[in-house]
Amino acid sequence: MSDLSLSLADPLKEANEPSSPVARFGPETPLAMDCGVRLDHWQIAYQTYGELNATRSNAILVCHALTGDQHVASRNPITGKGGWWTAMIGPGKPIDTGRFFVICANVIGGCTGTTGPASTNPETGKPWGLAFPMVTIRDMVRAQALLLEALGIGSLFAVVGGSMGGMQVLQWAASYPERVFSALPLATGAKHSAQNIAFHEVGRQAVMADPDWRGGRYLEEGTRPAKGLSVARMGAHITYLSEPALHRKFGRKLQDREAPTFSFDADFQVESYLRHQGVSFVERFDANSYLYVTRAMDYFDLAADHDGVLAKAFAGTKTRFCVASFTSDWLFPTSDSRAIVHALNAAGASVSFVELESDKGHDAFLLEEPNLFATTRGFIGAAARARGI
Amino acid sequence: MTLPDQHTSRIDLKLVAEMVTPGSRVLDVGCGDGELLALLAETRNVDARGIELSREGVAGCVARGLSVIQGDADTDLADYPDDSFDYVILSQTIQATRNPRLVLEHMLRIGRRAIVSFPNFGHWRMRSQVFFKGRMPVTDSLPFDWWDTPNIHFCTIRDFVALCDAVGAERERAVALDAAGGRVGLNAPWWLWNLFGAQAVFLLKRG
Repeated sequence: MSDLSLSLADPLKEANEPSSPVARFGPETPLAMDCGVRLDHWQIAYQTYGELNATRSNAILVCHALTGDQHVASRNPITGKGGWWTAMIGPGKPIDTGRFFVICANVIGGCTGTTGPASTNPETGKPWGLAFPMVTIRDMVRAQALLLEALGIGSLFAVVGGSMGGMQVLQWAASYPERVFSALPLATGAKHSAQNIAFHEVGRQAVMADPDWRGGRYLEEGTRPAKGLSVARMGAHITYLSEPALHRKFGRKLQDREAPTFSFDADFQVESYLRHQGVSFVERFDANSYLYVTRAMDYFDLAADHDGVLAKAFAGTKTRFCVASFTSDWLFPTSDSRAIVHALNAAGASVSFVELESDKGHDAFLLEEPNLFATTRGFIGAAARARGI
Repeated sequence: MTLPDQHTSRIDLKLVAEMVTPGSRVLDVGCGDGELLALLAETRNVDARGIELSREGVAGCVARGLSVIQGDADTDLADYPDDSFDYVILSQTIQATRNPRLVLEHMLRIGRRAIVSFPNFGHWRMRSQVFFKGRMPVTDSLPFDWWDTPNIHFCTIRDFVALCDAVGAERERAVALDAAGGRVGLNAPWWLWNLFGAQAVFLLKRG
């Protein structure tokens, strides 16, 4: 292969015809969504790793975060880069694909092969755009449950995920407790905080302020709100890091220059870094999808679905939980995880909780964190013994 | 029932384990690296849960497959519902809590039984260090100087009995161990326990 870019997939094509496996559903298996809409034609794109054992008892569902996708441990066809969680998942890794059957599906509302605003609306033949129904975390989980039924997997050995993936883990445990043997919600919360909603709103407004957004019809009109989405990503990216991590990585260092240029160029390395994050994000992610999925996180409030009492979401659960947070995560601080743990305790659930030391902020769950790996290995290993795997 | 020796070398942990009915639900407050919880899970088939302050302790426990929460006995017991455990255990930890009385009250509320083990500050070695040297006691099992010790609320066996009375706890069993790990005579009077017991284990219930 002389030029890697030649082999990269077209993001618009991936939205309808993903290069990963995809399950397509018709009116016999509709997706009933929280907003009241029933999707009669929908699809869900997924990846699997490892082998399902004879008793079908070793399946682990990995739930991806806001801008993740199904390519958790293999090359991403759009970026050409490796999977987003290869540190955690693979042969001999904490989630060992030599031992477990790992499934990861793109969320409903996403843009890498599962039905979302960039997909074609079968009724109009045009992209859904803003006509796509509003999505919730519970809708994402419903879609995953239907996929697993189609794959013949009745119960999951574990559901694992961080951030928005962790929200899905909690929703799985609440919606389908008998189908979840163990749950690992990382760096997450049982609801989105006012601060988090505020950051998301800034991002959405940046997208919608871009004239190329065209009221959400940019795909039909042949434009892309690249500037707006890029600014949204730049702002969001700051919330995934921490002040110490930014300082350690960039400080006040200048970018390829000896002195400030007295202009609005990216004089500082941190500016250059953020601009790069924004530009490369735009190449792989659909702007409307970003609006929908951020909204799904904002709407998430697991306690609200249970008379305001989070413990009721887990009443009588037999699922084994392991909750973990990171010291420098200010997007989903430890107090959010503690609220989950308190509710699980009140429900009498089997729960472990650890706050892991890291200065890498919210993103720590995706990075090389030996303490997270040790905790995951220990928890998964003990749960596997308990299940006789 | 006496437990086999291979599971732990610590006599006090074995004594605590013997007080626990097999198959029950147990919360170990300040469970450290999970030695007692693992012993209980292996030998008494209990549903073992723990709370531990140190990150390293919790990580070690989770790696052993135990259900342990990073938390603080002084603040986090309030979040547990009434009667959620058969036993709540405080093993060699009460002297490190900020509010031992409140902790004990929560234990009796959360558990149908509470088991408390603690070093006896009334032991003759402790008394003699204060009496003859005029210094705060430092021993092999309590090796800290007064200014760096995590043990901020030492008590004697008699002090603990008084606390039990104050919170209305009924003593179902009490055992004192001498420095060699032997049991101080069952029928011995309190003053003898208080003098020769290096540590004590109490099984309590709501009075």
